Amino acid sequence: MKSRFARLKELRRYPSLAFGLAVLAIFLALSVYVVIALPYGQASGRWNNPRAWDDYPRNAEPVWFDLFTKGKSSRSIVVPSEKQGVVEIEPLGDDSQLIRVVLPFTYDYDGFPQDIKIYSSGRFGATRVPVTTVWHTPDGRAILLQENRPTSAEDDIYYVSQDRQLSVRLEAMLGPEGRRPHIGLFANPSDMRAPVKGDYRLVITAELPKDGELRARLVMPGEVYGWGGTDHNRRDLMIALLWGAPIGLAFGLLAAVGAQLSTFVLAGISTWLGGRTEKIMQWLTQVNVILPMLPVLIMVGYLYTRSIWVMLGLVIALNVFSASMFTYRAMFLQAKEAPYIEAAQAYGVGNARMIFQYLLPRISPTLLPQFVLVVPQFIFLEATLSVLGLGDPRVPTWGKIINDAYANGALHHGLYYWIAEPAFLLMLLGIGFALVGYSLDRIFNPRLRTL
Amino acid sequence: MSSMSQQFDRMASQGTTSPTSGGLVLKVENLYLHFCTAKGVVQAVDGVSFGLAPGKSLAIVGESGCGKTSLARAILRLLPRNVQTYTGHVFLDGTDVMQLSEEQFRRDVRWTKMSLVSQAAMNSLNPVLNVGLQVAEPLLLDHRASKKEAMERAREVFRIVGVPEAFLGRYAFELSGGMRQRAIIAMALMAKPPIVILDEPTSALDVLTQANIMNALKKIKQELQLTFILITHDIATSSDIADEVICMYAGQLVEHSTAQRFYRAPLHPYAEKLMASVPTLRMDRKPDFIPGQPPSLFNPPSGCRFAARCVKRFERCHEEPPLFAHGAEAVKCWLYEKG
Repeated sequence: MKSRFARLKELRRYPSLAFGLAVLAIFLALSVYVVIALPYGQASGRWNNPRAWDDYPRNAEPVWFDLFTKGKSSRSIVVPSEKQGVVEIEPLGDDSQLIRVVLPFTYDYDGFPQDIKIYSSGRFGATRVPVTTVWHTPDGRAILLQENRPTSAEDDIYYVSQDRQLSVRLEAMLGPEGRRPHIGLFANPSDMRAPVKGDYRLVITAELPKDGELRARLVMPGEVYGWGGTDHNRRDLMIALLWGAPIGLAFGLLAAVGAQLSTFVLAGISTWLGGRTEKIMQWLTQVNVILPMLPVLIMVGYLYTRSIWVMLGLVIALNVFSASMFTYRAMFLQAKEAPYIEAAQAYGVGNARMIFQYLLPRISPTLLPQFVLVVPQFIFLEATLSVLGLGDPRVPTWGKIINDAYANGALHHGLYYWIAEPAFLLMLLGIGFALVGYSLDRIFNPRLRTL
Repeated sequence: MSSMSQQFDRMASQGTTSPTSGGLVLKVENLYLHFCTAKGVVQAVDGVSFGLAPGKSLAIVGESGCGKTSLARAILRLLPRNVQTYTGHVFLDGTDVMQLSEEQFRRDVRWTKMSLVSQAAMNSLNPVLNVGLQVAEPLLLDHRASKKEAMERAREVFRIVGVPEAFLGRYAFELSGGMRQRAIIAMALMAKPPIVILDEPTSALDVLTQANIMNALKKIKQELQLTFILITHDIATSSDIADEVICMYAGQLVEHSTAQRFYRAPLHPYAEKLMASVPTLRMDRKPDFIPGQPPSLFNPPSGCRFAARCVKRFERCHEEPPLFAHGAEAVKCWLYEKG
């Protein structure tokens, strides 16, 4: 008996198997990690809830794109007054005070932010008082952004980038290149293409009653975001890229187990029992093989539901009587005539035992490679359904990303990462399964083994 | 012995079913097994009747294709799918097992009353089970015994057939031909059946291993007081074990004799020729041969089936002879009409 370790060493004879297993192990570990670290409820919330996306940039490339571009792209900056901000309070007489909210941040990027937004809220008292917002640059300039009179009732969102008046004033100051506020506020007046690096401050001042309050949050989405980038909805692609692994694996494995294994077992049962059972199964298979699967899925998707698990069930149901029934039947017919089967009949082995202990194990070595090879087919099928618009709209998957990218002209806009990332992961997983499958085939099928 | 032949006489002449088995452990009556093939109906077993007293071992001899294996399968009801006719009676200790349903037969008769060492014994082991489990399998079926008891019994029968216990954990491919054959015999002994049918148990083995296996069988027979039914075309090996011999020709039983009688001077002209064709070691005698070839079982000749090749044939031979009792023996030949 060889030790386990010695058996592991045999893997060296099949480097492709080792590589494939490593790929699968990585995906499996990733899936386990994702499921634990970012539970599905949380991930689904962050993927489907627009509030979660607000602070992210739109269509931002992943951070590692910096490796391929000159200079440092801007990252997203969020400065809430409660944390980094400084609130200065200066009493003015008995019943009023001057509140100054200072939001400082350091900017040392070579690009400009995508957008500037200021969220503010507070308690302003009965009379509307003026609130001034001033932008202080590192080189000592102070630019008045706006002066408004908000009410306590509602939170205020100030879209700095869309302020027409500010735009006009900046154009007067800096020329036409400074017209867009998120560029004009950062640009160096002598060289409009580069931002001024250093410490910026946003100061919001208001004269408020004694019980007055003022809170603000500065949000500046960057040019790049996270390891996956973001999509047209400002969603972090990383959520879908990570969750695509467990969902893809689960879909592929369940479909493969459900479809391939059931076909295998049914082929064994029908071949052994023969007679009418076999005829009916063969007939069902012949009909089912002719039926096109994709149109059925599309019909169900449009008319009933697009839930990924219903689709999975449907895929399994449609694949139980798949064409591999014929292949397995051919193998079982051969195995059925083996002398040891006849001998087992002689000592009275019943049908169930005969099928599950004598016939199925005999053919199972050929099942395993086929099983492994069929898994990526089902993963690709899920992606295909998503790309066709039949994916579950709430479930973050790789196919869904590709569908979004396709629908929003990712390649047309040069957003290659949007398609490349999920496509790469799909291909890597497919290659992992293919390498393992073909290697197992070589191990289990002696005719393919080279000396 | 004479009571046995009287039984035959009555069976053959009346052709009726008798519920009594007269102390016979196995009695076969008018057994027919015909197969349906693309070329026509093969009359593999055609009206065979015989009885076997307890503790006696029987050899069934005859040339290839005469229906020996089909007879064994008909007795054990191990039939292929293309059966056309399957009629007759098989009495085991007085009960007609032909009346049992397939399920009853499987549960109550196969392996517990009669077991089989099949012809392709070399390939009769499940390649995915280890030998111990495989041998224990007949006892594990239908909850006949617990796994522990079954393994205990497997160890016991391994000792009986002379296979080291260490082989229990091995797989079939790790065993030599002789070991595999012994394992198969061990499996046949598992449920302690009174009758064991051995279908060419030594055909795929070399001469030395054949001798070993035959010696082991002889020992087993003595130790366990079993009834062996040995099917072989190798008359020499059968002589070691058999107490009685049945000679078959073209699907029919032509002679049922005691071993002493059959090996010294068989009665039926075919059996005579068959014995003459066996090479002898010590006598200076050239092996004889039988002219012509056996008749086709698709369309056997009417009358005596051996007539065309028989040197002793006469007018009567165009009619089919019944099984005549001749002393303790039974012969299907007109020469013995007078008894």
